[in-house]
Amino acid sequence: MAQFRVCPDSGFYFDKSAEQLMKVNAVAGVVCLLIGGIMALGVVLTRWQTIHLLPADMFYTALTAHGINALIFWIIFFEMAVLYFAASTLLRCRLAGPRWAWLGFALMIIGAVMNNIAVFSGKSSVMMTSYVPMQAQPHFYLGLILFAVGALIACFVFLGTLVIAKAEKTYEGSVPLVTFGATVAAIIAVFTIASGAIILVPTFLWSIGYINHIDAEVYRIIWWAMGHSSQQINVVAHISIWYLIIGILFGARPMSEKVSRSAFLLYIFFLQLASAHHILVDPGVGTEWKIFNTSYAMYLAVLASLIHGLTVPGAMEVAQRKKGLTKGLFEWLRKAPWDNPVFSGFFISLVVFGFIGGITGVVMGTEQINLIIHNTIYVPAHFHATVVIGTTSTFMALTYLLIPVLFRRGLFLPKLAMWQPYIFGGGMVLLVLFMLGAGTLGVSRRHWDMGFTGALLSFEYPGTAYMMMAIGAIGGVLGVIGGAAYIIVTVGSLLFGKKLEASAGILESFGVKALAPSVYNVERPETLAMAEKLPVEEHGSSGFEAPGTFILAMLLLVCFVVYYFINWDYLSSVWPMG
Amino acid sequence: MTSFQPPADRIWWNTPVGKDEILWIGIALVWCLIMFFMMPYWHVYGKQNLSTEAYQTTPKKFLASVDAMVEKYQTGEEKGIPIVSPPAGSDVYLAARLWSWYPILELEKDKSYRLHLSSLDWQHGFSLQPVNINLQVIPGYEMVINITPDQSGDFAVVCNEFCGIGHHTMLGKIIVKE
Repeated sequence: MAQFRVCPDSGFYFDKSAEQLMKVNAVAGVVCLLIGGIMALGVVLTRWQTIHLLPADMFYTALTAHGINALIFWIIFFEMAVLYFAASTLLRCRLAGPRWAWLGFALMIIGAVMNNIAVFSGKSSVMMTSYVPMQAQPHFYLGLILFAVGALIACFVFLGTLVIAKAEKTYEGSVPLVTFGATVAAIIAVFTIASGAIILVPTFLWSIGYINHIDAEVYRIIWWAMGHSSQQINVVAHISIWYLIIGILFGARPMSEKVSRSAFLLYIFFLQLASAHHILVDPGVGTEWKIFNTSYAMYLAVLASLIHGLTVPGAMEVAQRKKGLTKGLFEWLRKAPWDNPVFSGFFISLVVFGFIGGITGVVMGTEQINLIIHNTIYVPAHFHATVVIGTTSTFMALTYLLIPVLFRRGLFLPKLAMWQPYIFGGGMVLLVLFMLGAGTLGVSRRHWDMGFTGALLSFEYPGTAYMMMAIGAIGGVLGVIGGAAYIIVTVGSLLFGKKLEASAGILESFGVKALAPSVYNVERPETLAMAEKLPVEEHGSSGFEAPGTFILAMLLLVCFVVYYFINWDYLSSVWPMG
Repeated sequence: MTSFQPPADRIWWNTPVGKDEILWIGIALVWCLIMFFMMPYWHVYGKQNLSTEAYQTTPKKFLASVDAMVEKYQTGEEKGIPIVSPPAGSDVYLAARLWSWYPILELEKDKSYRLHLSSLDWQHGFSLQPVNINLQVIPGYEMVINITPDQSGDFAVVCNEFCGIGHHTMLGKIIVKE
């Protein structure tokens, strides 16, 4: 039975059930992003003290809903689509157990809906972290558990597909780097979800009265084994997508398979230790434990990210130079397709993730420096640089690629799409930079009123802090506008985008008649061949392959070193303690 | 098109690695090690380190310690909250609860105190402003830190862990005298 179609533009083979699953997961993700984005507007307009839009209870509900929908549901739904793409499409293999995959998807939908019902009822405003002993409604936890079980099933479908591809020899040699990265993400996901189950199942039982006590510190340690590790899935997923995007846009090949894959492997070994980042100023945890874990052993996962920071743009530079863009250090970058949102979204993500997200993450994850940062608004500033500009921008960029390739539609409002990464990225950079500043001045995160209305005692943050929060909020509003532009382009493309030939038609599943017939005419795709061999002298040639990238990497390092020691200096000015 | 194709060589491990990559990995690794050793270095030579002294406790037990201190050393009152001036070097207690910090501590500049922190109900965050020292306060755990105020004046204790609808009203105070 023919179950594959070949995309005439990209040459990708789509297995029918994998294709449908990618589509529904991507669409579900975008719906969650929409909810998360609307809530984001409520949050930034409330923390902008002059506007102070929402009352306290609604603010905390909005903040909880924003966190869960934008950080968990949107990203994980989209990641499931990425996993199916990396296994089935890239390896030209049928999907393992499509029925299991649909079951997983159904559980994720039920879980997401259930959790949102709990949150929007206003009785589960416990924030994404739901620290005990503050209690949410039972279906808040149950929703998360079902969602996680669904995601776990999807991970196993992904791994099963790898097994089938190997057994049926759908490819030669080793799996491609992008699939390798996705596999790393799936492995970390399994670990993460297991940690989540260990803590959320008892917490659920506690919420319905079967267990009478959950230790608050134990909860934090295990919860963060899920909470932080799940962010590492995002890192690995979006780095894999970076490699995919440079491969598609520039025909780039990894500078060295060994280096890139080893860097991914370091993530498996060390990323999960980062649970400790959240426990650095907690009682009852030893110094050695903190130092070892917070530094991912000896910053070996940071090393991995620094490596990708060189090899991703480096691979792009090598490919561009081969095409003749060899003038000076940066012609390869200057003449990149800056008006293509797939490229600009990716590149903004790469730069901001490294320069802001990465550096601030390491700084605040330093054992002692955390004392001046923990729970200030510096923390959300950091992770908006990593998961919003890093992960979300990358997923958005990939969407612009998937609309023609997966959905077979032309882009709706291409001019808007062209500007979208800049509006979104620019707005979020503004938000991040000024929230970092406000955090340094001690402004608290998850706080309805930095003016402390109604408190018995009083305290006044400096005027600069108010100004920074206001400018950050303007950035946040811009970010929401950029996010809305993404949703308009995406939904508009699916509904009104020009039908490209050989459509597989998402719309039929919604009962809308398609314009072009689906074409599933390939029974078994050709075996995926190994990449062409390079002439020997091009391997590790005597000079620098990517001098421009190397300069950029050194610039990153200088910023890193300077900012790192500035923070030590700041720390040395606070009250001595020991 | 090769980042999503199988590598060109079956044994890709033996393909030589470019100079820029090797150099960068070396530099990055050195930087990682410097950052790693900064933390133990600061434990030896730095002055801001978090002690690891902590005890399991209960809200009742901890409140009893706080009350004993208040009874012994109370010197005043502000808005119904007792102001306590324990002697330098002694054990001082600060309880977090919905939605206040109890009591107000009056300390002397450049003298050290053993500050005991715990929560009587939910999780709270101790955020000393404008100094900007931030600690997590957990019910059932009593954290003890040796703290030496080196500035005088009034300092606020902001709660920076979300603790429900009155979270933003949870302000405490530490007074440091010359």
